[in-house]
Amino acid sequence: MSGNAHSEHAAGKVRYGMVIDLDKCTGCGACAVACQQENNIAFRPDESNKLRTISWLTLYRLENGKDYPEHREAMLPRPCMHCDSPHHAPCTFVCPVNATVRDEHTGIVDHIAVRCIGCRYCMVACPYHARSFNWWDPKWPKTMEAMLSPEVSPRMRGVVEKCTFCHHRLNRARDRARINGEDPDGVEYTPACVEACPTGAITFGNLRDPHSQVAKLAKDPRAFRILEKLHTEPKVYYLSSEQWIHKQSDNDLS
Amino acid sequence: MGEVKNSTSKKGLGLVFFLAGFVGALLVGWLVFPNLLYSSKQQPLNFLHSSHEDLSCEDCHFTREDGSYSGVPGVEMCAECHEEPMTESEDERILVEEYIQQEREIPWLVYARQPDNVYFSHVAHTEEQGIECVRCHRDVSAEDKMPVYKENRLTGYSKNTIKMVECEKCHAEKGASNSCHVCHK
Repeated sequence: MSGNAHSEHAAGKVRYGMVIDLDKCTGCGACAVACQQENNIAFRPDESNKLRTISWLTLYRLENGKDYPEHREAMLPRPCMHCDSPHHAPCTFVCPVNATVRDEHTGIVDHIAVRCIGCRYCMVACPYHARSFNWWDPKWPKTMEAMLSPEVSPRMRGVVEKCTFCHHRLNRARDRARINGEDPDGVEYTPACVEACPTGAITFGNLRDPHSQVAKLAKDPRAFRILEKLHTEPKVYYLSSEQWIHKQSDNDLS
Repeated sequence: MGEVKNSTSKKGLGLVFFLAGFVGALLVGWLVFPNLLYSSKQQPLNFLHSSHEDLSCEDCHFTREDGSYSGVPGVEMCAECHEEPMTESEDERILVEEYIQQEREIPWLVYARQPDNVYFSHVAHTEEQGIECVRCHRDVSAEDKMPVYKENRLTGYSKNTIKMVECEKCHAEKGASNSCHVCHK
């Protein structure tokens, strides 16, 4: 399977990716809320224990560690990086049951909850803490149950979950393309976080299409990726004009 | 000598018991357990596709403009013709009196219903691509009674729903993607 996947990896014409402009990000958290709502992510009455709660897109607060007047802060939204490293992403490499596999047609790292056995190796392997574990069965207040999205199946207790790049929206976009007689491969679609961002800080699209906005921004001099030295090849890029942020992105190793 | 003879007859008796137990286990596994596993349910009323031959399939089952599929029509569509009973049929009386007049949806038991985590796109599986409806659905054209709905007591799924292995096999044969997210949501 992986041999075949590798040959497609080089030739595939579609690689969905994301660019997040930290200079534009105000840290409002609309992306995280939209993600939570779109993907039926369960929450608990007390969300303060971050080792027990679930989030697919987390906001991190960065600061440069200096006192006023040099003090600087920034917010960094972190979805799944959908690592594009050859053969395997860190998580897909360790999954013993193929519940998480990278699709070599789109570059999306899939995670299928019904196949997951909850061993959590992938959570250990992921350098980005992009994965969460369901410690309890999801439970919503009665009034919220009617607001759940039928497009995304809720997960059960004992499985891992993570950002899917809203692949249910990709499937809908592909169906729209099909009925309009267009090529369903490489269609454009917008994940929920991108749609919700009020400052337009998040750009999404096909990194392999040289004319796409996302491919151009990924080559911007301000662009960097988190923990680039691990060679996980994230498909989520960040833009920042602040050097101290660039430095923190590699754990001060650069 | 007598002792040896005794032990062979014991062996023969053992074989008989073993075979009896083996056959018994097979019968339980093949005949009794499948019946225990599935409960039988009746549809709320006996709808006949064969009585609606003046309509085309697409009048009730159609693809919407955004590429999604209409599936089983709602009672509103039935009411377009059956506002008042058109025949003496008992099933039609149930339809008109218990559902259309009370504006209730009919709780159909859908034989091909997939689990919640499955995403199936009808627009990607059309007759133009050589996939007939009867590849996954039963042939309804000459039916005079709806079949009994078999529900798996453990999973709650329909017995007749298409299994993942069949999806994967056909996708592999036709060169379609077998990626998880193509069929799961």
